[in-house]
Amino acid sequence: MSNELFQKMAQSIIDGDSDAAVALAEQSVSSGLDPLQAISEGFVVGVNKVGESFAAGQAFLPELVMAGEAMKAAVATLEPEMKKRGSERIMLGKVVLATVEGDIHEIGKSLVGTMLSASGFQVFDLGVDVPTAKIIAKVREVDADMVGLSALLTTTMVKQKEVIDELDKQGLRKKVKVIVGGAPVTRDWVQKIEADGYSEDAIGAVAVAKGLVGA
Amino acid sequence: MATVIKSITNPKLRLEILTPQEVKRIHDATLQIIEKVGVRFPSKKALEIWAANGAKVDFEKNIVRAKPHLIEAALKKCPPAYPLAARDPGQDLPLDGNHVFVGTDGCGVEVLDIQTGQRRTSCLQDVADIARIADATEEVAFHWVPVSAQDQPPATRGLHEIKAIWENSTKHVQTESIYHAREAEAAIEMAAAIVGGRGKLRQRPVLSLMQCSAPPLGHDGGSLEAALLAAEVGIPTGFMTMAACLTTGPATLAGTLAVGNAEVIAGTALLELAYPGAPVFYAAAQTASDLRNGAYTGGGPEDFLFGAATNVLSDFYHIPLSMGSFATGAKEPNWQAGLENSLSTFMASIVMSDMLLGVGLLHGSRIWSYAQMMMDCEIFSIIRKVMEGIVVDEETLALDTITAVGPGGNFLARKHTLAHMREVFLPEFMDRRPYNEWESKKDDARDWALAKARNFLSAHQPEPLEPKLSAEMARIIAAAEKN
Repeated sequence: MSNELFQKMAQSIIDGDSDAAVALAEQSVSSGLDPLQAISEGFVVGVNKVGESFAAGQAFLPELVMAGEAMKAAVATLEPEMKKRGSERIMLGKVVLATVEGDIHEIGKSLVGTMLSASGFQVFDLGVDVPTAKIIAKVREVDADMVGLSALLTTTMVKQKEVIDELDKQGLRKKVKVIVGGAPVTRDWVQKIEADGYSEDAIGAVAVAKGLVGA
Repeated sequence: MATVIKSITNPKLRLEILTPQEVKRIHDATLQIIEKVGVRFPSKKALEIWAANGAKVDFEKNIVRAKPHLIEAALKKCPPAYPLAARDPGQDLPLDGNHVFVGTDGCGVEVLDIQTGQRRTSCLQDVADIARIADATEEVAFHWVPVSAQDQPPATRGLHEIKAIWENSTKHVQTESIYHAREAEAAIEMAAAIVGGRGKLRQRPVLSLMQCSAPPLGHDGGSLEAALLAAEVGIPTGFMTMAACLTTGPATLAGTLAVGNAEVIAGTALLELAYPGAPVFYAAAQTASDLRNGAYTGGGPEDFLFGAATNVLSDFYHIPLSMGSFATGAKEPNWQAGLENSLSTFMASIVMSDMLLGVGLLHGSRIWSYAQMMMDCEIFSIIRKVMEGIVVDEETLALDTITAVGPGGNFLARKHTLAHMREVFLPEFMDRRPYNEWESKKDDARDWALAKARNFLSAHQPEPLEPKLSAEMARIIAAAEKN
């Protein structure tokens, strides 16, 4: 019985079907299944399958994103039950994401967010045009392990440095890894501002983030 | 010595990429999007203009929803033709539907150094050097800011960039890197200094402004306010959509055309509502995101189709088009660069897009290559030749000469040949040498193109900007830096 349910859960992720994933999560809660088991033996199996097909060149980015969204929906549905049981999912780390102040470009940053959360990071996405002070405050609030900063303009890219300098000033820099991205971001820039990592796309960002937390 | 400017004009080739019915369907879908879904205008000034003209405005979410008649009436105020003025009036560019002009590409962040070939971060001197070389070419008709002057302060960087271009070229400057009201205000002052007052900019717009939209269905607040300032004084202004299939647009081309069209015509309508008759242009560089990594591709069959389809839309609204062609995704001047830049530019040219952007950048408009710049110029020259088509008349049929030569002779030593031989295209960068000669040197187009650029840089003396004007521009920038 459970086995069939797990298979359906995995399939809902493979299909990128958020509605089905939520319904299956609800079903598992009402049948008394351990939510952590539902995640690890059901939904995550689907995420891994999509990841494998992607790596093999058989699945494409929209399928990855849809699987990520379905996964997020399933986990959100299971969260109240996890809280009730006092169980917690082991996450790879907490990441605060933002597009820097003065910049409204969203898509790359949001893609990174989806990929990171599908890969087991807890993501706090602050949106676009986010002032440095707000980013730092969030880092403190959630006790973040990592900050991801996006910028599409050479004129706003300087804010990535500002955040790093501020983290340094406040004595947080040693504890918080910083990853940066955006079309104008180059390796030279990353070295200049002493960020910990960067990627030219969202898939690569996951590998960089995992590397930084030693996963 | 002012350089002659090559353009495509009186073309013989034609392409119907969209039928009138299809254009109408895209237009209707666009109006429906603007009315029902809305477009984001994150600027209080812009929202108030919309509200004053009867659009439905959500001030909290910055969303504007406008009835079709409001948009259509506003678009009717767009002037269908006007010139882009140059410092040298002999290099003015008529945007009249019968000319295709090429500019440099823009907003690069790195440069392959012209001497060492090393890739490095772009700076102000690069902007000046590229402008000087562009000034020397016959193909580049106007400038974009080719690379970002990253050694200058972000708040006034755009001003240093246009000053450097004006100091190194007499051709028209279109900036795509000024997107704040305060910077636009200073840029207008600089342009006014050249033509002798703000009141003369409408007649002699030596500067034009291009603003990127924020797809899907949005604009940037600073861009909108900069565009409104420019439109007020008659500086030609355009909104560019870079909507990309799969990410910022639907996977389908028609849907992405509609999304981008909604951004551009809503932005354009705003300018016409605020300043009726303001010179505007349509700008676009749609693409398809890469299926695997979502990246901006800068080439591929979708780009080629967008390149041809967009001019049909801008023609439908009777406004000139600035179209993204060239701008290959290739990492170095290679097979992909040649293929993408040739096809994108051909497709955008065959429908007579008024402005093409632009020559010189690799890796999706990120890395400047002088060799690519020169080879892109040759691509344009080849397409220009192709667009002339085949002329069939008594002279070109050459029956008398054919009769005189007869079977088995040759046409080399004929007066008719002498009269027409210079119509045959002579490439600079195609290798037609004997094999042995190639084998002894093993050089190719990239070497010759780079050598040509180096030669232009060291030998070309652009007509200098009066020192008085340079000083005035420096003063304007210094004042802007204080604010």
